[in-house]
Amino acid sequence: MTLECKNVWEHISGYLDKQLDPKLLTDIEKHLENCEVCSAILDSTRNILVLTADNRIYELPVGYSERLHARLEKAIRETAESRSDST
Amino acid sequence: MQATVEREKGLITRVIAGENDLFHELIRPYERMVYLAILTMLRNEQEAEDASQEVMINAFRHLKSFRGESKFSTWLVTIAMNEARQRLRKAKAAPVDSLDEGKEDREGDFTPAVLTDWREIPSEALEKKEMRQILRQAVDQLPPIYREVLVLRDLEELNQEETASALGIKVPLVKVRLHRARMMLQKLLAPTLRPAAPTKKGFFGRMFQ
Repeated sequence: MTLECKNVWEHISGYLDKQLDPKLLTDIEKHLENCEVCSAILDSTRNILVLTADNRIYELPVGYSERLHARLEKAIRETAESRSDST
Repeated sequence: MQATVEREKGLITRVIAGENDLFHELIRPYERMVYLAILTMLRNEQEAEDASQEVMINAFRHLKSFRGESKFSTWLVTIAMNEARQRLRKAKAAPVDSLDEGKEDREGDFTPAVLTDWREIPSEALEKKEMRQILRQAVDQLPPIYREVLVLRDLEELNQEETASALGIKVPLVKVRLHRARMMLQKLLAPTLRPAAPTKKGFFGRMFQ
C-alpha cells in the first residue's frame, strides 16, 4: 500500500516510540526513503524532543532543596506532635 | 531498578513505623521530578516551589496509603499532578473543561510544520540562554491536557502505563495526546529553529549574536 504524507504524519509519535506494527512500519520506512518532507518532519520532531528533554532546559531554583527540606522538617515535627497529642 | 524498589520499600516501612526523618532520604531522588512536573503545568517558579513543598508534605502525611502497587515515584507524581491541576482550576488559568477527559475530540489541527530538510541542532546549542527560553516557551504554549502528557512522557520519561496512572486517564488517550503534543511542539519550533538558508556562519551564529 502506498501511503500519503498525511498518513505518515499520523504515526510519527508511534514511530518514535517504536510502537508500530511491522507491516505499517515497513510501509512508513519505504515512504521515508523517498520523501524528504516526511523525513525532515520526523528528524525535526525527534531532534526537538531531545532538546526539550535536556536537563538544562529547566533548572531548580537556587536553594530549592534546602527550603523544601526545612519546610518538610517543620511539617513532620508538627504531624508527630499532633499524633502524640491524640494518643 | 529492583534494588531501588526494595530500598524504598524498606524506607517506607520504617517511616511509617515512626522513623520520620528517613522521609527526607526517601524523596531526595524525586525533588526535581516533582518540581518539573508542577512547573511546566503552573508556569510560575514561585508557585511551583510552594506546590512542590505541599506535595511532599502531603506525601508524608498519606504515606500509609501507598500500597506499593505502583512505583513510589509514580505515586508521588500523581499527587504532584493533582496539586497542579487543582491550582490551575483555582487560578482559572486554564478552562476547567480542558482538563477533563474526552473533551478534546473536537477537530483540531495537529499537523506538523512542513519542511524539506532538517539539519540537527546540536545539544551544545542549549548553552545559549535564548535557546533554552525558546524551548520552554513552546512547551508553555501547549494546552494543559497536552502539556501534562508531554512532560510526563518526554521530559520525565515515565512509560505509558505510569503516565496513564498518574493522570487518571487510559493508555490510548495518553498516546493520542502525546502525538498531538509532539506535533504541536514541532509546529511551533521547527520554523523558528530552522535555518532560512544555509550560510557559512550557521544558523545559531546569526540568530544569537
